[in-house]
Amino acid sequence: MIKNMTCINCPLGCQLKVEVDGEIKVSGNKCKRGEEYAKNEITNPLRIITTTVKVEGGDRPLLSVKTDKEIPKSKIFDIMKEINKVKINAPVEIGDIIIENVLGTGANIVATSKIQRAD
Amino acid sequence: MERDLVIIGGGPAGLAAAIEAKKNGIDDILILERDKRLGGILQQCIHNGFGLHVFKEQLTGPEYAQRFIDEVEKLGIEYKLESMVLHLGEDKKIIALNPKDGLFEIEAKAVVLAMGCRERTRGALNIPGSRPAGVFTAGAAQRFVNMEGYMVGKKVVILGSGDIGLIMARRMTLEGAEVKMVVELMPYSTGLKRNIVQCLEDFDIPLLFNHTVTKIHGKERVEGVTIAKVDDKRQPIEGTELFVECDTLLLSVGLIPENELTREAKIEINPVTNGAYVNELMETSIEGIFACGNVVHVHDLVDFVTQESFLAGYGAAKYIKGEKSNSANKFKTKGLNGIRYVVPNIIHPENVKDAVNFYMRVSDVYHNVNLIVKDGDKVLYKSRKNHVSPGEMENVKLSKDILQKVEGDELVFELEEVAI
Repeated sequence: MIKNMTCINCPLGCQLKVEVDGEIKVSGNKCKRGEEYAKNEITNPLRIITTTVKVEGGDRPLLSVKTDKEIPKSKIFDIMKEINKVKINAPVEIGDIIIENVLGTGANIVATSKIQRAD
Repeated sequence: MERDLVIIGGGPAGLAAAIEAKKNGIDDILILERDKRLGGILQQCIHNGFGLHVFKEQLTGPEYAQRFIDEVEKLGIEYKLESMVLHLGEDKKIIALNPKDGLFEIEAKAVVLAMGCRERTRGALNIPGSRPAGVFTAGAAQRFVNMEGYMVGKKVVILGSGDIGLIMARRMTLEGAEVKMVVELMPYSTGLKRNIVQCLEDFDIPLLFNHTVTKIHGKERVEGVTIAKVDDKRQPIEGTELFVECDTLLLSVGLIPENELTREAKIEINPVTNGAYVNELMETSIEGIFACGNVVHVHDLVDFVTQESFLAGYGAAKYIKGEKSNSANKFKTKGLNGIRYVVPNIIHPENVKDAVNFYMRVSDVYHNVNLIVKDGDKVLYKSRKNHVSPGEMENVKLSKDILQKVEGDELVFELEEVAI
């Protein structure tokens, strides 16, 4: 299998050619980071999700949240579904855990903004 | 009311300027912010990637903002929210209003302009067609989706591949919309590589270079757009038109520094950046009025806004304390041969703290060039660049020592081809 991808480590954006044939062979990269990036992207691509959850009784209707660790790229939409089920009560502080160990990924969904009570 | 320092705008630029002025001995500071909370546009930028330079970690926009808001609170810096500045005079007189105080006037010893920028709209592009609902700037859509809780559409076309457009492509996709494509007039994107990969390629969203939207269809609501290929003069090519069904068009077609107040105060504006000309302390053409952040020139990274704004706060403090030198010893900066602009524009070497960070943008994509800085024929700085692009701001740091030895009246920044 041959896969083409763009390295994201720096503005150069090397076009990488990745051959997977038991072993993973990377070409097109101008530095080592490109090889490492391509190998990770092939074996276990990871992403941070940032999104929002609904808030009750807050000074605004939405709380911004993120996964506190990278999660497998293939689970992005499943995790979005879990996050969208949640409604949280104000107040909320940055870092508060909104969902623990979401879908068994080991990542928590944590608050990234501060919500005060509406008064 | 009289104040030592008034800061117009409570986004990342204004907050950093306030903090630095306070740390440099100015106690009487007032920040005027027109939104309901401090933090500016960072509050709606819920994605991560902020802070790598300043904090050496990846933060989301609201997290980055909160660090500065907490510091402003800790230092006891006063601010007024929902406060709109209506007038700024050459004499540093400010007229503002808010729901609590009504209309009020402030006489300021010094002012920092930190109003940021605003998005170019459909009107700036002259896209033909009717005027249905469903046409938004990407930033307006971002505010609706991330802060107000409204989804702006289900089938989306995005015009412009700057970072806000890319970020919104992913955001809309995560919230269940179908993003049909991102259309880019230029042959390259001004967005970060990371965003092209993680916002478009991750979700198989096509990115069409050398294309634009030539018509918006629909009467009540957008029903589709016509896209077309453009030639090398950026004009649509007849016969390449294609109808794309959608209910929403997001525009990510550039940012304009918000300088109405600056113009009103008759501060000199650089026609290339649409921001004020500034010196080594981020002071404008009016002594005691400083400017920093996106109101001066549009930045890619908030980290650089912060660094530049610390400098403006430091400069304002120097001015208020009467420690700023007014010596005639100065020189200008200029971009040539591929450097579109350089900030700051005027340098008085004796006012420089340790060094000056010169920020600049190139006019096109270039490979294998040297970025050089010249004082007459003398090369003061040279750096090899494998790749430069208008979307990535370049910066060059020159020490006070080097700047004090400049002999000419102009420091020239330019690109030079490298013979291979």
